[in-house]
Amino acid sequence: MCSLEKRGNLFILTLTGKNVEHRLNPEVLISIISALSRAKAKSTRGSALVTVSHGKFFCNGFDLDWVNATGSKQEAQQRFDYSLDCLTQLVQAFISLPMPTVAAVNGHAAAAGVVIPLCHDYVVMRRDRGVLYVNDLEMGLKIPELYMAFFRAKTSGWALRDLVLRGLKIKGEELLKMGIVDAVYDGEEGVTNAGMKMADDLARRKWDGEVYAEIRKGLYSEFCGMLGIASKAIGTPKL
Amino acid sequence: MCSLEKRGNLFILILTGQNGEHRLNPNLFSSIISALSRAKAESTRGSALVTVSHGKFFCNGFDLDWVNAAGSDEETQQRFNLLLDNLKQLVLAFISLPMPTIAAVNGHAAAGGVVLALCHDYVLMRRHRSVLYMIDLDLGIKIPEPFMALFRAKISGSARRDLLLRGLKIKGEEALKMGIVEAVYDGEEEVTNAGIKMADDLAKRNWHGEVYAEIRKGLYSELCDILGIASIPIATPRL
Repeated sequence: MCSLEKRGNLFILTLTGKNVEHRLNPEVLISIISALSRAKAKSTRGSALVTVSHGKFFCNGFDLDWVNATGSKQEAQQRFDYSLDCLTQLVQAFISLPMPTVAAVNGHAAAAGVVIPLCHDYVVMRRDRGVLYVNDLEMGLKIPELYMAFFRAKTSGWALRDLVLRGLKIKGEELLKMGIVDAVYDGEEGVTNAGMKMADDLARRKWDGEVYAEIRKGLYSEFCGMLGIASKAIGTPKL
Repeated sequence: MCSLEKRGNLFILILTGQNGEHRLNPNLFSSIISALSRAKAESTRGSALVTVSHGKFFCNGFDLDWVNAAGSDEETQQRFNLLLDNLKQLVLAFISLPMPTIAAVNGHAAAGGVVLALCHDYVLMRRHRSVLYMIDLDLGIKIPEPFMALFRAKISGSARRDLLLRGLKIKGEEALKMGIVEAVYDGEEEVTNAGIKMADDLAKRNWHGEVYAEIRKGLYSELCDILGIASIPIATPRL
């Protein structure tokens, strides 16, 4: 599933998911949501979270073996929809997390798996391995409205087109040019350490977590609007 | 006017029209929209469309001679408004087209001609002898909302400001840097052939046209809202 480690002010979330591809099913998604709840409960000023993974894959999407291991097409659709609902809850949990978040992408992320790094505030990625692959078009699937709004929050113009409308397996260097990742590094250790360092640097800013989360939600205003996550009023500002 | 040629899986839309400036008037609009309807009716998986032109101009905007040949000030305004409505219909038709689209911009494009180029998924341009010129500001004409929404969807930041608010004649290399065009070529033959080749490469991906159009509309959510184009739910995904 996943594991959460605390190291000083840093929360380190390690994604394991199902199999080497770190696939997502409701059990995995709920366990990650749980980990985020624990991080939130223990958060203080100057907390930060970094999500890491090991091996060839970061996250290769939904656990389609589980989805399809049912008696009927209808049931398979239900399992798929349930996975999607859990993913949406996970995105909400990330977006509401009262601390900066960094994803250190060590390997491939595809389909639903692309959403996970992108719901972090910062993405660092390997230069030498790993692609982001939004494969809905290739599969003949429309991207749900909510997730189009999610992608629109992260990127725009030709970069948005190349991310969702071109069936591309996009490497780190290209994602850097597209403004989708913040930096690229060689090797799994390289990117993991860089992710931790970045989270640490952000933690040292000692930001008020609640304020951080509220400002962050404003970056996803359309997405939050569709989910009905209103911004809360924070007490009188100190001016 | 224009002609539509089918070459294997490719639809080639050739702009013709009077005076070599390929100015947009009701006849040219209706001829292009008609051609797009035919392409849509004959489309299959793996279709693609490329729009080409020949000579000094790609499309130099509205046929202002026709607009100004009206009997009265009131009629002049009516003619202009009619062209705006027609341009909206054109944008709608392109954005709903169930196949990838490419504009091979062989020459100058101004105002409505820039809108025409930019309603394609990809724009290829000549490096020299071709400028994109949003002449509206220099002429003292406001850019109406649906077209502003198109520009906002395609281009951001300083590039958007430079295209719309600076009276610039933007050459190929600059348009490339601004992320407005995908690639530049020397010569009319080169850009036309490149357009056809790119259309062919995209056609070979064999995407479902309906899914393609629906994901594409997600890139233009604000524009689609303004034009009243709802997304259609696509049937149960094949898992």
